[in-house]
Amino acid sequence: MSEVGAILDKYQRDSSQLVSILQDVQEEYSWLPKEALTQVSKGLRIPLSRVFSVATFFKAFSLVPKGRHTVTICMGTACHVRGSLHILDRARQLFNIEPGGTTSDLKFSLESVNCLGCCALGPIMVVDGEYHGRVTTSDVGKILESCD
Amino acid sequence: MPRVNSRAELEKLRKEIQEKRDPNKPCISVSSGTCGRAFGSERVYTAFEEEIERQGLESEIAIKKTGCLGFCERGTLVVIYPEEIFYTRVQPEDAPKVIQSVKERKVVDRLLYTDPVTGKKITYEPEIPFYKAQQRIISEANRWMDPRNIEDYVAIGGYSALSKAIFEMTPEEVLEEIKRANLRGRGGGGFPTGRKWETTKKSLGEPKYVIVNCDEGDPGAYMDRSLMEGNPHSVLEGLIIGAYTIGAHEGYVYIRNEYPLAVENLRIAVNQAEEHGLLGGNILGSGFDFRVRISRGGGAFVCGESSALMASLEGRPGEPRAKYVHAAERGLWDRPTNLNNVETWANVPQIILKGADWYRGMGTDGSKGTKIFSLVGKVNNTGLVEVPMGITLREIIYDIGGGIRDNKKFKAVQTGGPSGGFMPESLLDLRVDFDEISKVGSMMGSGGMIVMDEGTCMVDMARYFLSFLEGESCGKCIPCREGVKRMRQILTGITEGRGKEEDIELLERLSMYMAEASLCALGRTAPNPVLTSLRYFRDEYEAHIKEKRCPAKVCKELISYHIIDEKCPGCGLCVKNCPVEAITFMGKKKPVILDQSKCIKCGICFDVCKLSAIDVR
Repeated sequence: MSEVGAILDKYQRDSSQLVSILQDVQEEYSWLPKEALTQVSKGLRIPLSRVFSVATFFKAFSLVPKGRHTVTICMGTACHVRGSLHILDRARQLFNIEPGGTTSDLKFSLESVNCLGCCALGPIMVVDGEYHGRVTTSDVGKILESCD
Repeated sequence: MPRVNSRAELEKLRKEIQEKRDPNKPCISVSSGTCGRAFGSERVYTAFEEEIERQGLESEIAIKKTGCLGFCERGTLVVIYPEEIFYTRVQPEDAPKVIQSVKERKVVDRLLYTDPVTGKKITYEPEIPFYKAQQRIISEANRWMDPRNIEDYVAIGGYSALSKAIFEMTPEEVLEEIKRANLRGRGGGGFPTGRKWETTKKSLGEPKYVIVNCDEGDPGAYMDRSLMEGNPHSVLEGLIIGAYTIGAHEGYVYIRNEYPLAVENLRIAVNQAEEHGLLGGNILGSGFDFRVRISRGGGAFVCGESSALMASLEGRPGEPRAKYVHAAERGLWDRPTNLNNVETWANVPQIILKGADWYRGMGTDGSKGTKIFSLVGKVNNTGLVEVPMGITLREIIYDIGGGIRDNKKFKAVQTGGPSGGFMPESLLDLRVDFDEISKVGSMMGSGGMIVMDEGTCMVDMARYFLSFLEGESCGKCIPCREGVKRMRQILTGITEGRGKEEDIELLERLSMYMAEASLCALGRTAPNPVLTSLRYFRDEYEAHIKEKRCPAKVCKELISYHIIDEKCPGCGLCVKNCPVEAITFMGKKKPVILDQSKCIKCGICFDVCKLSAIDVR
């Protein structure tokens, strides 16, 4: 995993930059493989337990592989009052997985997020970085159809 | 771009930029914040760009991408300068028509905003009621600027507050001005900013740090995102002035990773400020050094709490610590640290430039200046609104927000995020002020203002906030970790029809213990949504518990969907959309039949039915 080495160098192997380093590692592999965490621990000269405690504390990190498409549903207050729970339920049902999970064919990962700050357009669903506003339960299937 | 090495050089640069620009040259400005992009503003911008190129009009018509204009609801927004003609819901196909109208100095009627109250079309931006009742001193500049071009910020007077502070004032004088302005922290607590600065300044220990808290975690609030995306230089300018005052040479911006555009625009702004000598070593040739690092959050709500944020900056899990020693004395790396919210920092340049007396002219006795709110939920005009402190909730919701959607009845407004509370109709004439809002059991918070109508269930909302906090409690202290969980379980029971009469008393007792014994504000304020909903909407709890009924028809376990036979023409749309085949088609012109045993209450049939032939009981 030479990419990890490059990321560590980018942050001058400074252990206070652990969160940023793990973010970059996750961007590289779309999750945090065990070997990468070991390499970060060795490279920064800090215990693996500390790397692990940070990696499990923050919601943004995943210790399991992610699907090809990430579907994120906003659960912020403004989206909630406009029925985001129905949207999440629909996605759950379509994928047959819970938020945080990935379908067995590694096609979709389902995420719920606390607030994306697009509160005026709720409910919000994001597919691979593209924002969809004012989504209804019947839209969910239609939006996902375009993912190959 | 060469470095700016003195105050005179900054003014010279400003003059050059201004002279280069023709104020009468038409400019098409496309609002391109995250909201705008969700509406497709990128495609709209490209369409304009291509059309201008196709017609060879590059020298006659300018085009610009700005940050968020606040009226997110109506995106994509396009403003034509210098006239300030305001177009809403613009699509890429509209580009040729709009460009034609700019050439002929005409207006495209079809794209104008229609006032829902009078039914009249409004041509110019400042005349729209949504903007008219606002007082935009912090968010106004978003309109004029491409946030990725420092020249735009300099052209409207950017960094002149910094040069005034450094060259005309001593750090003590700057501090005095901020104290006299009585600026209070916009992140929610409302702590006097000047006092915080003073404590950090006087604390022993070097180096000192200054931090921008852009970990805007409150669900339903997004003013910090909008400022960081649309005008990052104003936040940086405030931060540099603060660093100069306190005597810090290193600063951090802690920003949510869920805001990718804000991170990107901030990075560009920091680079440009460094290139221009406004950040880094020997700022403006004054001998003052100050460097900024950007740190992205990892998606933990508790990191908005200052001690948790600093732990995260040090590369540790974002757990708060007990605050018997303030961060101003021992914060980041145990050094004196001053942390303020994005909006607080953005207020600083304005106060320095226009003076504390000007600032004190706005607001109430205890709360000066303006506050940006994100007015969202079941209100007609949703978006970001900046209003003077002291305005009433009614003015915000009805005059600016245009009242409740779909002619429904107002039920409550929620402020302060999960730490705040609900305010019922009887409090609509309450004045927006840090102290007044606290008195009624809520808090100002970072500025989320979520409007709820009769279709919102208050027990469900209380459950929502507790379940949010259950996921976000860091688990370090027991009152919060266990208390939040138990409260959420009790509330879930009530919403699912398993509530017992003694539950209400138990909730109140748990609330008392958590407020007393939790380590940080997350746990201490967690009971607020429960306490305020119990205080103002106890009847809804009672309906759920005693009658097993959800008056707002929200709680799934307590409702059922029914076909209204007289209204159903048997079109079959719901049959086609039902994910579990619970609805059976009985032939044309015959009402469909819904099988309650199969129904999962997903609400799709209710959504798709065009004839309101589905009833919720």
